Amino acid sequence: MSDSPAVAHAATHHEHPPYQRHHFETAAQQFDATNFAMWIFLLTEIMFFGGLFTAYLIFRNWYYPAFVQGSHQLNIWWGTANTGVLITSSFTMAMGVWCSETRRKNGLVLCLILTFILGLGFLGIKTIEYSEKIEKHHVPGFHYSVKSFVDPASDPEIYKEYHDKPLAPDMAQKTQIYFFLYFAMTGMHALHMIIGIAILGFMIFRARAGAYTNGHVTYVENFGLYWHFVDIIWIFLFPLLYLISRHQ
Amino acid sequence: MSEHSEQGPAHHEEDHHEEEHHIVPPLVYIVIVSILLIMTGLTVGASYIEMGVFNPIIALAIGVFKATLVVLFFMHVKYSTKLTKLTVFAGLFTFLALVGMTLADYISRAWGRW
Repeated sequence: MSDSPAVAHAATHHEHPPYQRHHFETAAQQFDATNFAMWIFLLTEIMFFGGLFTAYLIFRNWYYPAFVQGSHQLNIWWGTANTGVLITSSFTMAMGVWCSETRRKNGLVLCLILTFILGLGFLGIKTIEYSEKIEKHHVPGFHYSVKSFVDPASDPEIYKEYHDKPLAPDMAQKTQIYFFLYFAMTGMHALHMIIGIAILGFMIFRARAGAYTNGHVTYVENFGLYWHFVDIIWIFLFPLLYLISRHQ
Repeated sequence: MSEHSEQGPAHHEEDHHEEEHHIVPPLVYIVIVSILLIMTGLTVGASYIEMGVFNPIIALAIGVFKATLVVLFFMHVKYSTKLTKLTVFAGLFTFLALVGMTLADYISRAWGRW
């Protein structure tokens, strides 16, 4: 009541690093609070992707033959390559956090650029995979074709590997649900990658100006959490979509 | 008495440990990324072996193992505060409870008969 806010502020003001906001007691408290907030955000992301994973589980059990043959259309080597690319990008991101913590500016810029390139590489491979699906009319909708499933021999590349038996027309239609979930899950994952890559581009410029190597690691650390989370989603998408139906 | 004095400093160190920011050395990251890449090779290899119902079980087990390594080391949960650990555990628990209850409903019906 008596003191103006500016005076009260001046009276209680103490030494702190320039990046510490005034409503935090210490820089460590600020780090913990923002870290906690980031984790809460990631929990909402778990729930969001969790719904998609649950839908996949239920529909896979429901329309099992359609899901098995749908997954035979995916190229296991592109999937494996992308898993390797993404895990490596998580490693370069983790190294970026270390560079930020130990105040290595050039190292941090290099790590962020490598993560950026690996992220783009992942999306590039995903584009190749998506274009295969578009060419074969395996995108759910009006132009969807069940030819590969009612007449597997018409799709020699897949047939020579799996020797699938023809599906009944009604079950063959259910492969649309498999591809719907495939595009929904990998598409939502790719959207997270695109957002991450955009933020990485911003961070590269800021890092070159020395923004994250002055002791303020919160931004890099929390972006790292986001990037690793996206990696974890892929760690589960890969076996569920590509691997588990190979022998069925 | 000697037991008590031995516990004292160790406990104090742990308190101190939580106070300051822990820096994970690059060697840890290198070991973890190597394990992750090897496990990726293993899960692809396992998918080529006919194991019936165990194919998805092994694939998911390897996935859970890889995700655990990422959470503990890349995401620093092993070195973070109790609050963060509790938050991560609460998220995992809620996720499993929601998925479990949803599946319990489906499993307790006759498939394709509703």
